[in-house]
Formats: sequence, structure tokens, C-alpha cells
Amino acid sequence: MTGDIKLVNTSKPISKPNDLLEQTPVIINVGLEEFSEEMQTRGVKVIHVDWRPPAGGDAELADLLSRLGS
Amino acid sequence: MDIIEAANKQALERLLGADPVLVDVIPAIDAIPALGEGCKILHAGPPITWDRMCGPMRGAIAGIAVFEGWAYDLDEAMTRAANGDYEFHPNHHFDAVGPMTGMTTRSQPLMVVENRTYGNRAYCAINEGLGKVMRFGGNDATVLAKLAWLRDVLGPMMAEALRSGDGIKLKNLIARGLTMGDEMHQRNVACSGLLLRELSPALARVSKDNIALSEALAFMGSNDQFFLNVAMAAGKSIMDPLRDIENCSIVTAMSRNGTDFGIRVSGTGDRWFTAPVEMPEGLYFPGFSEADANPDMGDSTIVETIGLGGFAMGAAPAVAGFVGAGAASDAANFTRSMREITYAENPEWSIPGMDYAGVPTGIDIRRVVETGLAPTINTGIAHREPGIGQVGAGVVKAPMACFTDALRVFAHQVGVA
Repeated sequence: MTGDIKLVNTSKPISKPNDLLEQTPVIINVGLEEFSEEMQTRGVKVIHVDWRPPAGGDAELADLLSRLGS
Repeated sequence: MDIIEAANKQALERLLGADPVLVDVIPAIDAIPALGEGCKILHAGPPITWDRMCGPMRGAIAGIAVFEGWAYDLDEAMTRAANGDYEFHPNHHFDAVGPMTGMTTRSQPLMVVENRTYGNRAYCAINEGLGKVMRFGGNDATVLAKLAWLRDVLGPMMAEALRSGDGIKLKNLIARGLTMGDEMHQRNVACSGLLLRELSPALARVSKDNIALSEALAFMGSNDQFFLNVAMAAGKSIMDPLRDIENCSIVTAMSRNGTDFGIRVSGTGDRWFTAPVEMPEGLYFPGFSEADANPDMGDSTIVETIGLGGFAMGAAPAVAGFVGAGAASDAANFTRSMREITYAENPEWSIPGMDYAGVPTGIDIRRVVETGLAPTINTGIAHREPGIGQVGAGVVKAPMACFTDALRVFAHQVGVA
């Protein structure tokens, strides 16, 4: 997966910042898979999104792709 | 861009509208008259000179030169090749394809696949079977004797059988093979059986020699990869009508010669974009290891170009284990990732185990560069030394440089660079 990512929050809204620390976190990891693997080894529930910047971050190629309508 | 979208849509229509039919087997010199001029040897992959050829390619060239009577023995053939006595050209430049080393010369029998929608024809030699064979660089007396049998016995017999009917339609046959666990590159068990089932009544009808017929049927029936060369000719016949569509970003050929990997893109015509070929990762036969392996080679990547092989791995979980690509349950992931770099799916070639998803079809260079996902190819592995043969099977990635180079040229042609 490349390009823009839209995240949809389907969980209950957090009323106060402290609630974040009291609830069990639901984590979505985007990009480097090692981060999600590390959390999984610690028993944290995590969903990994296989994402990388277009053309591996190469600005020249990304610009060409944009012009080519990719 | 709308002009690219329109061009790619046109390409997809031609690809999906193709009707490949196995119609004949004829001497190569009749299929490709240019082979009658000088000592021409067609090889797999993009163009290459003798000094840059790998061991198995040199071994095969020496063997085929002896087979054609252009040298007394292998040593003389090697010397003549180095002296420039033989001409080398890619199969792709003559409407042909060949697996691994891909030798095509004037007296070999070539299978003819006709794309009846567009009227073009494509050619491929008959698969030699397993063990020590020329496509893996084998070149001793047993290898040359097998080639002579294909030329003198099986080729003419297949030709007569095919001419006695209306040819064998390949599109439906491949569709059935996908439902029976084939991906048409490293697994052709089902399609080889289906082809034999269609061909054998006609072979029995035309054959006047029961011993020769028995040997022919036994050869085809014992060769699980017999259909590979048919699938390759079908692939070439399907993709050639897509060449030279202005503004089209779809790949029309991927091929390798053991030194370079090359691709062609519809919108940039017949120009090759090349990069050093990569080493397959896979499993080795007993007694061999990665140290024995030659870098990847062959025109057989034409099957990935039409959505089969590594792109259809989800149809063939058994092959994932054979090529060392992981567990059978991983096979579908290869197909899913290849869908990210293709323009569409082929609704006529579907995979039951993936809820009848069509195979990923039409590699778009824009998607390859954007995602960083290189095409996955299932492949055989040849020994790096001439004359030894196959040592394993594995998976290899197309080099990304082919696609980035092609993208820059394509962008220039479209007028955005």
C-alpha cells in the first residue's frame, strides 16, 4: 500500500486525555513492521498496515508518478 | 492521465481478447526464414555478446552448434563462438521464446501458437524433459540425441496430429489448469495431462509406428513440465499485439539471459530496459547448493507477463513449497501483492482457492515503481558451469532498475518529463 491513508475511528470517543492511559490501547502501526512485531512480543494487540512512501521516497520518481497520474 | 488510462484499457482489451491456439509444429527455418542465413543462434533474454554470456548459455551454444553441424565438437564450437563465427539474437526479436538458455536454431522443431483474434503467431521449441537438458546448459551426446529425436520423431508426429484437427485451444485449457493446481511456470502437471488427453487420440490416428507412438506418449506423459513451452508460446502470442500502443504503460515482455534482465513496455516499443539479473532464492537438489547456482535466465517470464507463474501462485500452493517460497498458505499472498502492480484481473483465469479472483493481469510500470513491489517470478535454477544442468528451483524478483529506467523514458515520451 502506498499514498494517502484514511483512518476511521470506530472505538468509543475519549472524553479526557487521562482515559487514554486507563484504557487498553488499540494500536495501528503504519510503515515499519518491526514496531508492530516488538509490541506483539509484549502482548499488545496491534494491527499492522503495510505502507511505504511512493517510489520508496525518491522525490524525482514520485514527482514523475504524480505527473503520470499514478 | 486520461491518455494513459485509455491506452492501458486498449491494451487490456487486446490481452483479454486473445485466442491462443496450438496449431502446428514446424522446422524453425520454416517459421523463421532468417535462420537460414549464416549460423544464427537465437537465445533467451535481451541482446548479449559472447564475452558477457554466463556458463550455461555458452554450454548450450556450443551444444547447439555441434547439433547443427557448425562444429565438430564442443571445443571447436566454443572457439568458433568466441571468434564471431556465429550470430546471436534474442528469440523475442523473431516472434519466438525459449526456456532458460532458450536455444533456437534452423533445424529444431518449433511449436506454433496462433492468436486467432489478431492473426499473429508465436514459436517455442518442444520441452526436452527433465535431467540433463540443453535449456539448463547440458550439451553432451545424450542431450543432442534427445534433440535429434524431437526433430525426427516427436516433432513430425505432433505436427501431423495437430494438422489433422482444428488445433488445441489454450485459453480454456489454462483456465482448467489453474483450477487443478498449476501456475504454468514451475507447475504444469495438470495442463501437461490435459494437453496429452487432447492430443493422444490424434497421435494414435496418424502414427504408423506403434513403438514410436508409445515412446512419444511415454515422453509426454512422464514430463510434468511438457506444457511450459506451450504456455510460453501462448504468452508470446497474447502479448505481441500489445506492442507499440502509444501512451501505454503496460509491460509486454520480461526476459533474462543469465547476465541481464530485460523488459519491454508497450508505449516505448521494442526498446529493452535492462539491469543485472538477480540470483533466485530457492531449494536445491541433493548434492547442490547456492554456490553452484547461475543467476536467473530464460524467456519463460512471459508467463508472469500474462498473469501466470509467480502471479498465479495462489492457484498452486504445492509450488510454494517446491520453490522454497514458504508455506502453502503463503501462496495467496504472492498473488495478492502482484495485484498491487497490475492494471486488472483476468476474469477468465480465476483461482478457486481465492474466491475465484482472476489472476493479476497487465503489469503497469507506474504501479511497480510507486509500490516498490517487483514482479515475482517462479524459476528453475541452472548450474553455473556449462554442461551440468538443473540444480534447483526458486523465486526471483525482477530488478527494480528496469522499471525506473522505463518510467523515465515513458514519462519523456508522454511529455511530462
